Amino acid sequence: MQQIFNFVIRNKTLLLFLLLFGIALSLTIQSHSYHKSQFINSANSLTGGVYGTVNSIGQYFDLKEQNLILVEENVILREQLLNSSGRNQSIAIDSSFNDQRFEIISAEVYKNSYNSPNNYLTINRGKRDSIQQDFGVITSKGIIGIIDNTSNKFSTILSILSKKSRINAKLKSSNQNGSLTWNTTSPYFAQLEDVSKFSKVKIGDTIVTGGQSAIFPKGIGIGKIESFTTDSTGDTYTIEVRLFNNMTTLQHVYIIINNNSEELKTLENLNDE
Amino acid sequence: MNNSITSNIIRFIVLLLVQVIICNNINFLGYINPYVYVIFILLFPVNNNRLLFLILAFNLGLLIDMFLDSGGVHAGASICLAYARPLFLKYAFGTMYDHQNLKFGHTDIGALIMYVSGCVIFHHLIVYYLEIFNISQIILLLKKALFSSIFTVILCLLLILLFKTRK
Repeated sequence: MQQIFNFVIRNKTLLLFLLLFGIALSLTIQSHSYHKSQFINSANSLTGGVYGTVNSIGQYFDLKEQNLILVEENVILREQLLNSSGRNQSIAIDSSFNDQRFEIISAEVYKNSYNSPNNYLTINRGKRDSIQQDFGVITSKGIIGIIDNTSNKFSTILSILSKKSRINAKLKSSNQNGSLTWNTTSPYFAQLEDVSKFSKVKIGDTIVTGGQSAIFPKGIGIGKIESFTTDSTGDTYTIEVRLFNNMTTLQHVYIIINNNSEELKTLENLNDE
Repeated sequence: MNNSITSNIIRFIVLLLVQVIICNNINFLGYINPYVYVIFILLFPVNNNRLLFLILAFNLGLLIDMFLDSGGVHAGASICLAYARPLFLKYAFGTMYDHQNLKFGHTDIGALIMYVSGCVIFHHLIVYYLEIFNISQIILLLKKALFSSIFTVILCLLLILLFKTRK
């Protein structure tokens, strides 16, 4: 017994080092596996407070650019509104089925990163704004990512610029499905994998979300086809997608709340059993 | 002694904030960010309690990880650097370190450059190895580690020389 104590006291530095390094290593491994809630994340009041203070100063520098983005979005919405008026008016709406399927909450980006293999954003909405894990996040131009961790006031988003993210997407023209991934090289490009070789792929075609999951509704923009190659197996295409969003300068984002998501999830769980 | 404790506490907080607010948003050439918080580990008093040093280095790394959402990457690298620091000290300063009278304020510049670059390259290799976590991307790993090491070494030396206590 005496010898054990002596051993511990003699090697206390080494033992402490091994303990702390083990903790750090397990946190790192955890952060590399998909969808395990991270213990250490920036959705807490300390980091949120610091980033909030910095953002309250920094947001003035790109007001002009943000205004232009808003005006562009307004133009698109106005056009949709004018073109759709008079189309639905004759249909009598049964008020009992008139609940909204999607709700949208706006949020401000406090922290953005795009140069590590797994990128996260921090935003100023959290549990008290009824944000939960697995809600989709978009801007007026296209998708950003999926909510990962939430605290009371803040949340982190797993960006589409991440090795861990796989998002169901399709070609707008031919409805061919694939999954959107990122090969960590450039923040302006993502890759669409597993697209069937029988589909017609043209450079310049639009890629949109596929709507096969409860996270994103169908038809939200992702990007344009920049180039495409045949996969090593020869059965599928891998498509290089130029993203609509400039992921390096994000300021205002929208969170999509799918009111049917719980029902969909329980249904899917029933099917699995 | 008291003076040393306060200056280290201030250094801890200031370096953390500088790292999080300024240095992580530089993105030089798209991906190069300096990690200047290693200055805290480099300049921690030599003849102090090693257990305390390890715990402080771990906490600093963990706080950086919290801000960057990077899991435990910086905590792991910081604790390795803190544990391996005596090797670098011995290598760079030799006899001065052996006699336990090393003060970073008055060392010659050549030894300081050796010490800082050795430590920073060691730290950055671990950071990028843990971050990429894939040995097949070793070229990318070495490229990233090399470029940001150069950036960090230059910034660290400038900061250390700028805030050197003159006597």
